[in-house]
Amino acid sequence: MKASATFESGVLTDERPGAVKPPRDLWEKHKGGLVLVECPQRIPCNPCNTSCPTGAIVPFEDINNVPTINYEKCTGCAMCVAKCPGLACFVVDLTWGEEIALLKLPYEMLPLPQKGSTVKCLGRTGEIVCEGKVENILEPLKDRTKVVHVAIPSDKVGDVRAIEVA
Amino acid sequence: MRELKTDILVIGGGPAGLSAAAAAARAGAEVTIAESDLHLGGQLVKQSHKFFGSKEEYAGIRGFEIAKILKDEIAQYGSRVSTMLNTTVSGYYGDEGVVTAMTGEEEYLRIAPKRIVITSGAQERLIPFPNNDIPGVYGAGAVQTLMNVYGVVPGKRVLMIGAGNIGLIVSYQLMQAGVEVVAILEAMPKIGGYWVHAAKVRRLGVPILLRHSIKRALGGDLVTGAEILELDDNFSQVGETETVECDTICLAVGLTPTNELLWQVGCKMKYVPFLCGHVPFRDKEMRTSNEKIWMAGDVSGIEEASAAMIEGRLAGLGAAKSLGLNIEPGGFEKYWSRLNSLRAGEVGEKIRVGVSAVVVDGWADVQ
Ligand SMILES: Cc1cc2nc3c(=O)[nH]c(=O)nc-3n(C[C@H](O)[C@H](O)[C@H](O)COP(=O)(O)OP(=O)(O)OC[C@H]3O[C@@H](n4cnc5c(N)ncnc54)[C@H](O)[C@@H]3O)c2cc1C
Repeated sequence: MKASATFESGVLTDERPGAVKPPRDLWEKHKGGLVLVECPQRIPCNPCNTSCPTGAIVPFEDINNVPTINYEKCTGCAMCVAKCPGLACFVVDLTWGEEIALLKLPYEMLPLPQKGSTVKCLGRTGEIVCEGKVENILEPLKDRTKVVHVAIPSDKVGDVRAIEVA
Repeated sequence: MRELKTDILVIGGGPAGLSAAAAAARAGAEVTIAESDLHLGGQLVKQSHKFFGSKEEYAGIRGFEIAKILKDEIAQYGSRVSTMLNTTVSGYYGDEGVVTAMTGEEEYLRIAPKRIVITSGAQERLIPFPNNDIPGVYGAGAVQTLMNVYGVVPGKRVLMIGAGNIGLIVSYQLMQAGVEVVAILEAMPKIGGYWVHAAKVRRLGVPILLRHSIKRALGGDLVTGAEILELDDNFSQVGETETVECDTICLAVGLTPTNELLWQVGCKMKYVPFLCGHVPFRDKEMRTSNEKIWMAGDVSGIEEASAAMIEGRLAGLGAAKSLGLNIEPGGFEKYWSRLNSLRAGEVGEKIRVGVSAVVVDGWADVQ
């Protein structure tokens, strides 16, 4: 039984509208990180925008549009990471350390990770990509969705999208 | 037999019914909600995930929290809204203008409302396959009720049939409860639910097998596994049958409107595949062909809670207006514009086409 890693079955295979990377120059020097949204299907949904305190996730002309981002305004605050019902928002801070990036991702599973612990970092089909160190665990909206900050090798920021806590 | 009088009887206390009750009570109507279940909220009480949609319709808030918001809203109308739980409306006697209802096993009663809003929601479809009657084969609704209402997991290893939103979301909720989801099978060449819901279970390692279905459940007294097969474009088997080990098979293969009361009333109905079954014709105020009966939510066509809440407001306003009450000015326009904006995209296309087949400007031409 093997599921193929196709877009049609829920795996992002390439950049497309609603799932784009930030511009490299700005991203590399932007402290706090920039948002990465992986929301490539037009659906009637806009909490990423309504939760964004700076307007970096541009207001939707049509609620069915995919999100568009004004990276100049993004502070990497990760409010959208906490709010998105599709768990489709991530923040990546490339300035975190030498060859080390900080990934802020949503987490709604048990057990909770311990601060300072090492966790398995999973790719888009659940494959183990690398290990990461948990730097912080926040609950910005006090609604049980955690935003976990995990430090990972910078070259893996395009691949890691979940963590597994043993 | 006790006979209860009320301005507006709302049948079903899900998001559509609660919204209808709130809109009507706000206009000054005395409302009674009859709900079969032991609590209000309908499908919402089982939804532990955050909802999609717009801020006005509480997007980004978990389903069961939305139920609380709606319950708080009707509570503010005090005794103007009364609720009868554990009460199933069982029949409509038009010539006498009464409905009959059962509260638990104890009381059979009559309710004489001036107007009725039917918001009875939906029921699950099932698919036939050998052994689908052995313990361990569940509908997704039962799995959710067990897990999220009663705190009981259905098993340890679940095979999910159907990659629509329900199959995808219930898979995620099972994983949150510590249950392994062995695979999600989907007969179509692409997932039916929102892409992001699929992405969130895939990144946790759950395979989604497109063009796959279940051939039979395995086991005697209990499910021990399933035979699964791959399908071609004509839905015929290709390749070998595979065996999967699991103790639970969960069917998430679609819903259909709970329309029995509408049939019994004699509302003009139409089979609309895009709305997932027989649904009543309705005017823009959600009135049916019966001038005393309105309806809203999944019973009007399978859609979403966001739409059900807006339709509920429309129905509540419509019923209140017909009683000569003062309704919020511009209310119908406001709710229609919200409904239209939710339905404007590609995923709303089937709903738009479906609804256009049953929405009428007047009743003269409806067969
Ligand atoms: C797993 C899952 C995930 C979902 N996720 C989302 C989402 O993210 N966003 C979204 O917008 N929607 C979502 N939905 C859809 C949403 O839950 C439904 O569209 C919505 O609940 C429909 O509301 P309703 O009031 O029409 O019906 P229901 O919620 O089904 O309520 C109907 C009520 O009527 C009662 N009833 C029925 N017949 C009678 C009778 N004869 N007498 C008395 N009471 C009766 C029932 O007990 C029930 O409580 C999801 C649904 C499921 C199953």
